[in-house]
Amino acid sequence: MYTEQVMDHFMNPRNVGEIENASGTGTVGNAKCGDIMKIDIKVENGVIVDVKFKTFGCGAAIATSSRATEMVLGKTIDEALQVTNKQVAESLGGLPQVKMHCSILAEEALQKAIMDYKQRLDAGEISE
Amino acid sequence: MNRIYMDNAATTRITEPVLEAMMPYLTDVFGNPSSVHAFGREARKPLEQARKQVADALGAQPNEIYFTGCGTESDNWAIRGAAYASAKKGKHIITSQIEHHAVLHTVEQLEKEGFTATYLPVDEFGLVNPDDLEKAIQPDTILITIMMANNEIGTIQPIEQLAQIAKDHKILFHTDAVQAIGSVKIDVKAMNIDLLSLSGHKFHAPKGVGALYIRQGVKLQRLIYGGAQERTQRGGTENMASIIGMGKAIELADQQMEQHNQKLCAMRDRMIEGIMESIPETRLNGHATKRLPGNVNVSIRYIEGEGILIGMDLEGIAASSGSACTSGSLDPSHVLLAIGLTHEIAHGSLRLTLSEDNTMEDVEIAIAALTRVVTRLRSMSPLYNAN
Ligand code: FES
Repeated sequence: MYTEQVMDHFMNPRNVGEIENASGTGTVGNAKCGDIMKIDIKVENGVIVDVKFKTFGCGAAIATSSRATEMVLGKTIDEALQVTNKQVAESLGGLPQVKMHCSILAEEALQKAIMDYKQRLDAGEISE
Repeated sequence: MNRIYMDNAATTRITEPVLEAMMPYLTDVFGNPSSVHAFGREARKPLEQARKQVADALGAQPNEIYFTGCGTESDNWAIRGAAYASAKKGKHIITSQIEHHAVLHTVEQLEKEGFTATYLPVDEFGLVNPDDLEKAIQPDTILITIMMANNEIGTIQPIEQLAQIAKDHKILFHTDAVQAIGSVKIDVKAMNIDLLSLSGHKFHAPKGVGALYIRQGVKLQRLIYGGAQERTQRGGTENMASIIGMGKAIELADQQMEQHNQKLCAMRDRMIEGIMESIPETRLNGHATKRLPGNVNVSIRYIEGEGILIGMDLEGIAASSGSACTSGSLDPSHVLLAIGLTHEIAHGSLRLTLSEDNTMEDVEIAIAALTRVVTRLRSMSPLYNAN
């Protein structure tokens, strides 16, 4: 039911974990099936220099979180905001229709982490 | 890699003696049992022999056994047939919250057609309380349908007690015994069961064949119209080879029940013990003893069932889960919710269902594999705190 790429990311997920002193954190829940994803980012000079995730969810949720972190690593935050769940799914060779919602989790968690970073920056909690 | 099959509640393997019994009906004996000529007569006899085999295993008479296409058809026929045959007497049906969808969705459909229904709750182990049944009975109750054993958590209901209540109130009693055949000793007469559904592929017969026991004298409306097969009650040329296979399979299941149950209970209990020992924060779903001999169902906290299934599959072990992510509908199993699990705990559910083909060695391999899979998934879970 899953493509080879999805299985690869499920079995060998990239960037699993948490970042100490992260610049931004985003945690989202999936209203549809009750899954949870957390993404931490480390930003330096507007560039995502580190990103880590943890996911409580199905195979597709884990694989798309892994792939999404891989895709945004080294990108500027503006570039990272352009990454959509569709792109993530496509880059994995597609997902079963009923599993498309899982990939939204990654997109949202990432956006939330970036928002968190921006807010903290504005509040003066962190510096660029 | 050696594959290990632990999903016998989903379906079972056709065993050699069953296949052997079927072979002539896939080859030489191809006559239609309804035909008058020698070819037909040659098929008629084994058909009736299979009917007797099914009847004997249930403590029924052969003329009370009707062959169907599957367990779902049997459930549909029993429930819809009884409801419409008794519709003049009343409109109320009682069932439980943990029935298989073949029952649940049939009752829900009848509600749309003007019947009413009560869905009895179950306790934390999945047991229906007979007092609840007693209280739910209304003057217009026409049918009570409660499964003998649950397909997900394996809980075995106090069917005799429940059926006695139905009898005392002169209400028809149907039970979906699809998971119970071969594991629970059944005597429909002693147990006061009026209608009983079963499905061949759950006890080593092929898929696509089932049966409905209809107690003599019970009137059901037909579900399938057509020819004069099954004493005019269920049209359709008989699925000969499968029916013969089912007859053989139920005979064997009945003969070997005690021996198999002993072996299965030992493996089941070791599996439960092993999982609890090596994986912290795990709970057993269902009842410790009033439980199908081959059923293990656990909830493993902080992780999700589909991930566990894929992980186990990669380890060569076939299992199943009641997690929302595996359901297609994205709702967690109604059975797990009915026994009081939160969505989150239901999420990490895993069902392993054993057969006589499994060995203690398989069980140990599965425990070790599951431990590895869980450790890996927990290390990725935002809810799990390794310390
Ligand atoms: S995260 Fe639940 S179905 Fe994918």
